[in-house]
Amino acid sequence: MSDAAKRSFDILLVLVALFAGWQALYHVAGETALTSPAQTLAYVGELLTTKGDMFARHAWETGRAFLMALGLSYAIGLAIGVALGAHRLSGAVAEPILVALYSLPKVTLYPVILLVFGLGLSAKVAFGAIHGVVPVAVFAMNAIRNIKPAYLKTAKTMRLGPFQVVSTVIFPAALPEIVTGLRVGFSLTLLGVIIGEMFASKQGLGFMVINAINLADVETMMAVAFLLFVAAAIANGILLWIDHWLHKRV
Amino acid sequence: MNAGASGNGGGRAAAELHAELGGVTRVYPAVAGYRPVHALGPVDLDLRRGEFFSVVGPSGCGKSTLLEVLAGLQPPSEGKVSFEGKPVHGQVPEGVGVVFQEDASFPWLSVWDNAAFGLRRAGVDSAEIERRVGDALAFMGLKDFQRAYPAQLSGGMRQRVCIARTLVLQPRLILLDEPFGALDAQTRLLMGDEVLRLWRRTGATILLITHALDEAAMLSDRVGVMSARPGRFLDLVETKWPKERDSTIVSEAGFGEVTARLWHHLRGESLKALGQSGAAAAGGRAEA
Repeated sequence: MSDAAKRSFDILLVLVALFAGWQALYHVAGETALTSPAQTLAYVGELLTTKGDMFARHAWETGRAFLMALGLSYAIGLAIGVALGAHRLSGAVAEPILVALYSLPKVTLYPVILLVFGLGLSAKVAFGAIHGVVPVAVFAMNAIRNIKPAYLKTAKTMRLGPFQVVSTVIFPAALPEIVTGLRVGFSLTLLGVIIGEMFASKQGLGFMVINAINLADVETMMAVAFLLFVAAAIANGILLWIDHWLHKRV
Repeated sequence: MNAGASGNGGGRAAAELHAELGGVTRVYPAVAGYRPVHALGPVDLDLRRGEFFSVVGPSGCGKSTLLEVLAGLQPPSEGKVSFEGKPVHGQVPEGVGVVFQEDASFPWLSVWDNAAFGLRRAGVDSAEIERRVGDALAFMGLKDFQRAYPAQLSGGMRQRVCIARTLVLQPRLILLDEPFGALDAQTRLLMGDEVLRLWRRTGATILLITHALDEAAMLSDRVGVMSARPGRFLDLVETKWPKERDSTIVSEAGFGEVTARLWHHLRGESLKALGQSGAAAAGGRAEA
């Protein structure tokens, strides 16, 4: 109980520090660069109430694109990762390629994606998905490759069938690492979708931000950024909690 | 447990054949750029039902390969392997349990679930699982830790979990691949006592792979001494210890003789295993 209390206190401390820093920055940089925490929160309230319809339309657009991109990056990433993890030689060949792709600034590929998928939802989804696929695949591949040989030998001495080996040994042994990959993939897919919306899009939260920047509408820019930050922090917190829960036994 | 009592009395006198290696070799095939490695043999081994047999040898001599071939985890390149009169190939036979050197306890399962793992997969009914797991955990001194996860236990305790997990399947032949190799010397002696207790209670045949001479000399009815790679048996030493024995046997006169005989063979082989370059330096340090 006191552990939980201490944790909440730590989180509160970080939040207070963040807001204090933000307020200080506001005083240094001034009105033209950013709004104060109080102003931002007030405008967030406005976005969620009187301007709710407009905000909801953009948020829904982003949410829909993000969920599709996430589904794709998880499905494709896991398929690639599992296949490469199960086949040692392919994994050894693919790993340097994947790592190179991982560090490549993917925004350089965006023109190509726009040419392939055209303007609109599919380009955003594809751009989000290519951000998420690589970490999901790399983590899943390593999770399976690094399973201790002794676990598999133990499964053999227990005379398990192939399906039992996968479901009762390989899957639980690889799960913690796979979930770490899903968590990293989640953040990067969101990043990809938002960046995708910033260019060549007329809808979505990314568009709202870039449009506000063009109009020097600091209030909107800050409020949307704040809401995105909150949503991402909550989602990441949940995934991190699952991640830790799975890892603490390893 | 009853079977144990009758098994060991009869086992000694009749020396009934339990498992057998006949002219077994194991050559690891060539991998791109490397020559094939002749790891083992040819080796002949007759395990008598209910005996405690240890294999000692220098590191890299193929001891673990021998165990895996006998267990059916690896195929022999030549020769035949049989367990209870039936040939072993491609699969671990029913009735054979293996405990590995590395910690193979499953970190995602509690101690209890680890021990119950094999029984659940085999579809044993829950009342029987309850009984056998409870029994094995009590026997291995894990009763108070049944809800704990392996990460919360010491290395020695985790190895006990692995032993309990094998024990519940009631194996008739237990293969131990340096299970205490990673433990400190005192813990190893105590674990040795536990293995002896387990051996007497289950009446199973035990094959122990070890590099520790004292461990082999103290635990075994017979000790096979292996050469440097490719491993072959150089000598079979009968200890003639009583069935009721424990680690205090190290203070008996016979213990020194057995250990000395093992070391007599192993010293030269260990030097060979160290290789030409290291041999001179190591020879200076090693006190026979």
